[in-house]
Amino acid sequence: MAETGRGPYGPYGSYGPYRRLRDGLRAYRLIAAMWIRSTMAYRASFAMTAFGNLAATSFDFVAILLMFSQVDELGGYTLPEIAFLYGVVGVAFGLTDLMIGSMDRLGSRVRDGTLDTLLVRPAPVLAQVAADRFALRRLGRIAQGLFVLGYAIAVLDIDWTPLKVLMVPMMVLSGGLVFGAVFVAGGAFQFVAQDAAEVQNSFTYGGSTLLQYPPTVFAKDLVRGVTFVLPLAFVNWVPALYVLGRPYPLDLPTWVAFAPPLVAAGCCVLAGLAWRAGLRSYRSTGS
Amino acid sequence: MGTGRLYAAVAAGGFRRYATYRVATAAGVFTNTVFGFILAYTYIALWAEKPHLGGYDQAQALTYVWVGQAMFAVMVLGSNGFEAELMERIRTGDIAVDLYRPADLQAWWLAADTGRALFHLLGRGVAPMVCGALFFELALPTDPLTWIACLVAIALGTVVSFAIRYIVALWAFWLLDGAGAMQLTWLTGVFFSGMLLPLNVFPGALGEIARLLPWSALLQAPADVLVGEADPLGTFAFQATWAVVLLAAGRLVQSAATRRVVVQGG
Repeated sequence: MAETGRGPYGPYGSYGPYRRLRDGLRAYRLIAAMWIRSTMAYRASFAMTAFGNLAATSFDFVAILLMFSQVDELGGYTLPEIAFLYGVVGVAFGLTDLMIGSMDRLGSRVRDGTLDTLLVRPAPVLAQVAADRFALRRLGRIAQGLFVLGYAIAVLDIDWTPLKVLMVPMMVLSGGLVFGAVFVAGGAFQFVAQDAAEVQNSFTYGGSTLLQYPPTVFAKDLVRGVTFVLPLAFVNWVPALYVLGRPYPLDLPTWVAFAPPLVAAGCCVLAGLAWRAGLRSYRSTGS
Repeated sequence: MGTGRLYAAVAAGGFRRYATYRVATAAGVFTNTVFGFILAYTYIALWAEKPHLGGYDQAQALTYVWVGQAMFAVMVLGSNGFEAELMERIRTGDIAVDLYRPADLQAWWLAADTGRALFHLLGRGVAPMVCGALFFELALPTDPLTWIACLVAIALGTVVSFAIRYIVALWAFWLLDGAGAMQLTWLTGVFFSGMLLPLNVFPGALGEIARLLPWSALLQAPADVLVGEADPLGTFAFQATWAVVLLAAGRLVQSAATRRVVVQGG
């Protein structure tokens, strides 16, 4: 692989953002492929963990089903409507979890000093950390989310317009990017607080749990917080309530329902800046 | 060193081992509190829709939420406890050294896990509970005897939790890579402990069966004792029976495993 990072520019030539992105994606692909091969060494265990992942993520929905075995509505929403919210956040979060779900291991790498190894390799650190222990079993979560989303779309009586149809993939992709930004920002935080990896789970797993339920369930201040401060509401609440033809509990103009791509882009820029600051502040364990 | 002192030292070691990671403990408390808030609001919506669901009023249901978050680490309902380490020792062959030691394998790990559980009760259990009590109206007992009964139920629950995970860890003698087995155990535990939803809210026969299984000793039993929905003595008897049965089963598996043991590694 002598050509990596050189090419027409030579070893010290200009190294633009496009090449950096291409190198990063290439490194990501190679590392992820390596982990997939490694997983496949224990096939029985892979089958069990993939099934386990599917079952584990189904549990959130099983809890909702158990609730609806006792009631007909929750916070004024029916089961198919909640399934729609659940499916969108399930697929969006599942994509992020598959792609960069290993970011929460960064703290232990900082602690035991193995991050140094990543810094001397000729590939972007973010790509290496994101692909670290790439876990194919996380496809289980995406499959489960798609299944619930499919059920919701089949059962719900929505007045589909081309715009509303387009909004479904838009929500999933922007939502995935919003969660991705949370993962990366959480990774940056772990440079500072190495043992605090679990705090990240509050915002990633906690955030996705929160979004599975309609906003009417929660206190107004909490809804304001995830709309204006940590904009998780743009993953599904704001756009999905437009698709469902439901009013958002906060007074927002209608066009906000189409804002998720902008919000996602903004989150990614902020997360990127946080990551750079975190990486620059890294001092090795020094032992 | 007397046997009792040996296991007391192992338990103290287990306590100190987890007490070392203070930032991680604080992070865990934070996460449990966040999840407690999310669950609490969904339970409020559920009990607003159907008051007295499962025999709980809303305050009791909210108490259940926060007991659940407090027991999350104590009963090892979320992550791995000692079993990951024991499985790794079986996989690498280090277990041979353990079997040579003049200490009982099961009692050794029980002592270490008890130390861990005590730390998690103090370090990860108290703070979310206090936070929940500050922000929500909980059905907390005023009688100190009820609190003591709840602590006894928690203690018995940790033994049941240990006994289940010990059996699972020994599967590694046959499976070598125990990740799948551990995950299945974890899933069963989350479902049947009542972590998803109180077992008394489960519909019909499913609820009846779930309440007879050992996992109901982990969360449902201490919670029911605390909110005054269960007779403490009957609860203790239920938990103790499962503890004895599962510890004995663990011994059987252990003797079967060690009779056929082929130590890994060169």
